[in-house]
Formats: sequence, structure tokens, C-alpha cells
Amino acid sequence: MSQPTTLPSGHTRIDSAEMRGIVKRFPGVLANDHVNFEVRAGEIHALLGENGAGKSTLMKILYGLYQPDEGQIFINGEEVHFHSPADALARGIGMIHQHFMLVQTLTVAENVALGMKTPHGLLELDGVKKRLRELSEIYGLKIDPDAYIWQLSVGEQQRVEIVKALYRGGALIILDEPTAVLTPQEVDELFVTLKQMREQGHALIFISHKLHEVQDLSDRITVMRDGRVVDTVPNDGIEQRTLARMMVGRDVQLQPDRPEVERGPVRLRVRDLVVNNDQDLPALRGISLDVHAGEIVGIAGVSGNGQRELAETIAGLREAVSGEIELDGKSILHASVAERLRAGLAFIPEERMRHGTIGVFSVAENMILQNHGDPPFARSVFFDFGAIARHTGELIRRFNIKTPSQETPVKNLSGGNIQKLILARELSRQPVVLIAAQPTRGVDISATEYIRHTLMQQRNEGVAILLISEDLDEILALSDRIVVLYEGQIMGVVDREDADVEMLGLMMAGARQQA
Amino acid sequence: MELNIVEALRLAIQFATPYLLASLGEVFAQRSGVLNLGVEGMMLMGAFSAIFTVSSKGFGASPWVGLLVGMIVGGLMGLGMAIVSVTLQAEQGISGIGFTLFGLGLSSLLFKVLAGGVITASGFGPFPIPLLSDIPVLGDVFFRHNALVYIAFLLVPISVWVLNRTSWGLQIRAVGQNPAAADTMGVSVARVRYSTVILGGIMAGAAGASLSIALTPIFQENMTEGRGFIAVALVYFGSWSPWRVMWGALLFSIANNLQIWVQILNIQIGGADIPPNLLIMVPYVLTIVVLVFARQRARVEPAALTKPFERGEN
Repeated sequence: MSQPTTLPSGHTRIDSAEMRGIVKRFPGVLANDHVNFEVRAGEIHALLGENGAGKSTLMKILYGLYQPDEGQIFINGEEVHFHSPADALARGIGMIHQHFMLVQTLTVAENVALGMKTPHGLLELDGVKKRLRELSEIYGLKIDPDAYIWQLSVGEQQRVEIVKALYRGGALIILDEPTAVLTPQEVDELFVTLKQMREQGHALIFISHKLHEVQDLSDRITVMRDGRVVDTVPNDGIEQRTLARMMVGRDVQLQPDRPEVERGPVRLRVRDLVVNNDQDLPALRGISLDVHAGEIVGIAGVSGNGQRELAETIAGLREAVSGEIELDGKSILHASVAERLRAGLAFIPEERMRHGTIGVFSVAENMILQNHGDPPFARSVFFDFGAIARHTGELIRRFNIKTPSQETPVKNLSGGNIQKLILARELSRQPVVLIAAQPTRGVDISATEYIRHTLMQQRNEGVAILLISEDLDEILALSDRIVVLYEGQIMGVVDREDADVEMLGLMMAGARQQA
Repeated sequence: MELNIVEALRLAIQFATPYLLASLGEVFAQRSGVLNLGVEGMMLMGAFSAIFTVSSKGFGASPWVGLLVGMIVGGLMGLGMAIVSVTLQAEQGISGIGFTLFGLGLSSLLFKVLAGGVITASGFGPFPIPLLSDIPVLGDVFFRHNALVYIAFLLVPISVWVLNRTSWGLQIRAVGQNPAAADTMGVSVARVRYSTVILGGIMAGAAGASLSIALTPIFQENMTEGRGFIAVALVYFGSWSPWRVMWGALLFSIANNLQIWVQILNIQIGGADIPPNLLIMVPYVLTIVVLVFARQRARVEPAALTKPFERGEN
């Protein structure tokens, strides 16, 4: 080997990092079951799997956040024991977490300097800033070391995470679902950077469940399922179907068939809606849209552009400043939540644990949250437990909800099953209009498949659906029309036949639709 | 003691000391994400242990030794609070109140058993600063205090410097805002929080000692009279900034001695004197008012305040 072993970031190259026979148990779960995994210098190795397959656990072990119950880790052939992230950082291993690990109230330089050993315990930010500028030069990542994190966009924050990883533990970088919060353009930029880092000899691990990204980027792909490695394959012409089957263990269809359905009358009409966010700043600046019976209107946009406020305002959880909302021709602008529910509105909220369910309540109790006072569930002031149990049992069967019993507290169910429970509850009331906010976020592929098919089926049966999602694939898979939201304004409305990812991406970044 | 504005201002600065010491310590604890409501009890224990060390009924030691003992006792209670709130992850508000009640009960018991219900000591005397204290008016207001007053005010810029210019300060700020992020950068969240809560206890102990052996060389049951809680409120009032906390301490010190100001300025309501009980009430009412307004500054509140940290929950 005549190649230099020092990387441009100043770290010693990690020619190989190997995990052998890793076992990690959590109470009641075998998260990693004798897992072998290896990554080399100059390689992007994708780690693919469903939620709960054990990818993140494995990587947290490599980063020193968890200690394995069994197994060994070797860096360049030498066995290592990491007791904390500080140990991993010292060996040149950095990790970029799915939720950015940045302190919003600190500057870029302070975030990078956090936890660094300095002589006399004094901060030496000038040296940190100088090195940051050098690194951002070498890797072409523009950052301002003096900017506060809260001033930065999501894409910029991710750049900070990358530079931080390069600065602190740069030889091997673990990226945990790094594209989840980015616009398509930001994803492209990220991939350019990652490929450049690969050329320079960094070892990169890319955790994802997005198949096309894994195909675009990686050299090798390791698929995990139920805590075990299914296989490690080179990325040369392997089909997405094959990868999905490896992940789930059977064939999946994430894009439901779309029969032609005649578009019915307008069910939901929103006019000039102005809404403020929690900080009393404008979140929606005059939104108008219609949703017809038998159609899915998708709201595309990067997180925080007013989607949450739109959903909450229609659902009655947030007051509008001005504008009009009509359901079936009747104004519901000032209606209470209960009145909206009775009028035929159903809502799948973005935060299923906070707004969708009560975690400590049982499955059965959560099923009747909205109509527990109405027959057949209640007679005068008393519950009819028989009726409640029959109703719940039927929904559990129909929606294939995996729960030990009707009495199980909802917080003990998986994300996908909680989401199915909410879907079951909302659809059991036979709504006219359904607002689905991020219905499959954080949900595994099989549940995603199920939820998407159910939404499509509801559309076919004539429900008017407003789908809000930050996942462009989901918007494209389901929507009849796509509305792009940016900073509280509609950038354009596109029919599904005319939709193309690049155009939508530009609109999501604030470019108005060309007339 | 002649009552005039100069004397009133001097007292305002002097009586700000216990607030200031306790609040600065609480700033550190809260900036790292721990709400320590045990300050009151730590102050009481610091006050009693300091005066007992100094008094002839106890060890007859020098005031400096008394101060040190008060700080150690406060620090030990801080350690207890850290174990309960950081390691055992108990609800911080409730466990803090527990420590306050514990300190109140234990200091009263020790006072009865060890001191027989009366204790005095010759504590810190005035320490005029040479030359500066000779300046007319200003010298009297600022430079004729006991040593603890100077120390307390010097600790304000020192606290700012520590929080902003040292690694430890950066870790404190990070842990209070986003402990998970600090954890991934190799910072031990527990270690940082232990250090700040213990420091808070030490400072509360010093605040108590400043009451019992510097301001009023005497101990009485519950002599802090809620100052520890006011010190916690001051941290909110001061939006977690040592400088603003200092202004708050001065404001409350003036509110504490409002009777003096009313006499000096000859304030009357409808030609009658204001009932003194009404004036004594003012600091407590002010606390409530201050907290209502402090609510609007919640934006700068450490995001992780009162939240125990456990790895892997994010």
C-alpha cells in the first residue's frame, strides 16, 4: 500500500472497521443477533433495513453510545473497546445522527469545540474557527463558524454536522438517515460531498430505508432484518424489488394501483387562510385550495413551511387569523373540534403520540376517544363495555393491528401499529374529509404499504383526502394533485401526470411555478 | 445608625449578598438543566453550620472557617440533590422542596439541641477598602462592606467569564440546551450536572453563611424567610444571565428594606404611615409579579431545564 494514510481532514485513514458477532439485547428485544459488518476506506457502505431492524443500534455500538453484550470491534485489525463517544471520536469515528445533534443556542464553532480537551480548560475558539475554515475550503462545504445554529437552514445545519464530524472524528463517518429532512436539491449536494469524501479515502456508512438513494450512492449494501444481517451485496445492478424483499421478507408494493375515479364535488374548501405559528409569526399567508370527493391532494414541502399549521387549523386545534374553511359547503372556521368531527372530518395528526393517542390508555379506550359518549358505546352515563370490545375487536381484525390485547396501553405498540389504530378509528367514523399529516413518517415499510393502500382505497370510495407529507415519494405515489407549500405560500399546483421531481424540488425551495 | 439615602444604598448592596450568592449558584445549575428548589434548605444549613463553627458555643473558629464549613455543608446537600435529580432522575421540583424542608427541619433541630435556642457570633466585620472608601458618598455606599459583599459582586463577572470562555462553561450551556448532542460529542451529561448542582449547593451554603455571620451575626429558626426561593425566582427574572441576576438581587434587597426607604423619602398614603406589615409583604408579591413577567422571556430558558437525561431516548 503506497497510498498516504493521512486524510485531508488530518485523520489517520481507517482502512477497515470490522464488527464481529455483535449481540445487543434490550429488555424483551434482541436488537442485534450476531451481526457481522465491515466497512473500508474509500467506500460508501449502505446499511438498509426497516425500523427496528437493528441498524441504529449497531451503529450506536460502533460510535460508543451503546456497549455490545457480545462481539468484537476491530479498527485496522486492532481490537478496540469504546466506552463512550469520546473513545470513538478519538479513533477517528464520527456520527451524524438522524436528528441533528446541534445545540441551537450555540455558534457553529462552539458546537464543534464542545467536549474538546483544551489546555487549562479555556476555550480556544480562534483556533477552532481557523481549522473550520480550512476544512470547509478543502471539502467545499460553505459554513460561517460564527453563525448560531438557530439561524441556519436545515441543509446548512447538516453541513455543520458533516464538518463537525470531519473535524472531530473524520476518518469513518456514520450517517443515520441523513436525507430525511432535506429537499431533493440538498440531497444532491450532500451526495456530491459524500462521493468526494469517498475519493479522498474516508470510510462512510450510510443508513437509510430509501432504496433509490442507496442505489445512487453506495458501493456495497448490507440489509438487516429483525436484528440479523440478511446479506451484504455489491451495488451493481441489484433491483429495488430485490432489496425491498430482502428488507421485508416478502414482496411489497409501495405505490398502490390507481383506478380512474370520477372526481366528485368539492368537499373541503380553503380560502385565503392566514394562520400564525406558535411564536405568533405568520405561518400561512393566504392559502386557497379545494379537495374534491374521490381525490387525494398532496401538500409537498420541506418541514416547517406551514404544513403543520394548515393541518391543525383545519382540524380545529389552531385558530385562523383570517380566511375561510368550508366542509361540504358549510363554514367550519369557528366550529369546535367536536362539531368538525360530527360534520365528517377525520384527522391523522403528525405527532401520533402527542395528538393522536393517549399512550397510557388501552387500545380499546383509544378507539373510542371521540365518540365514547355516543351510542352504542355509552348508554346514558355508563359505558357499554361489550359494544366497545366488539367495535375494537373488529377494527383490530380489519386493520391488522398487532397488539397483545385490547387492554394493552397504546404506548407499548410499535409506531406502525399506533398509526394503524388511528387510521382505524378515524375511518370507522366514515368521514367525508380526511386530513392525513405525515401518515407514514417513522413507520416501517410493511405498515407504510398498508396505510398507503388504505388511503387509496378510501379515495376510490369517494373520501376527499388532504395528504401532507415531507416524503416526496409518498406525495408522488398517492396524490392526484400536488400543492407545493413554501414559507406559508402556495408555490404551485401540479397534476400528477405533469409532476416531476426536479420541478417540485425547485418549488419546495421557493421557486414559483412557471406559468 | 443615621437614616439617609447613603446608608440606605449601602444596605441595599449589603443585603443583596445572600440573594446574589445563591442566585449565581442556581444560574449554573439551571443553565445545565437542573432546577434546584432546595436552595432555601441549603442556605439554612449553611447559615447554622457557619455560625456554630464561629460561635463560642461551637468551635470559636474564624469567620473564614465558618464560611468554609457553610460552603461544605451546602455542597454536601448539593451532592444529595445531584444524586436524587441526576442519577435517580427524580422530579426536580418536588425533590428540591424535599431538600428545603429537610434543611429547615434539621437546622431548627440542631439549633435547639446544639445551641439551646440562642446563638450569636462575631462574624465578618466591615472591611473598608483603602483609599476607595475615603471617596465621599461613593466610598460609603460601595467600599465599606464586609468581605463577602465584595466577593459576591466579583463573582458576577467571573461567572460570565466561566460560562462563556471555558470548556466547562460551554459544556454547561450545551447540556442545558441539548444533552443528547453534548452526549454524542463525548461530554458526560451527568458529570457536568453533578458539578453545577454541587456548586449551586456550595453557593447556597455561602449565601446562608453571609446571612448568619456577616449581615446579622445571629441565627434564628427559618431565618432565610424565603430568600432561597426568591433567589430561584431571580434566576428566571434575570433570564439566566449573571448580570441581570445581579440587578434583580439589588432590586429585591431594596424591596426587603422598604421600610427604611419609606421613612427616608417620607412616603405616606393619605397622610397616614404605610403599615409595616404591608411593606414586609412586598418582596413576596414582587416575586410573583416578576415570575409572571419572566414567563415572557421563556425563549431563553435552557431547553432541557427540569428534564432528566437518559441516553437513547431521542
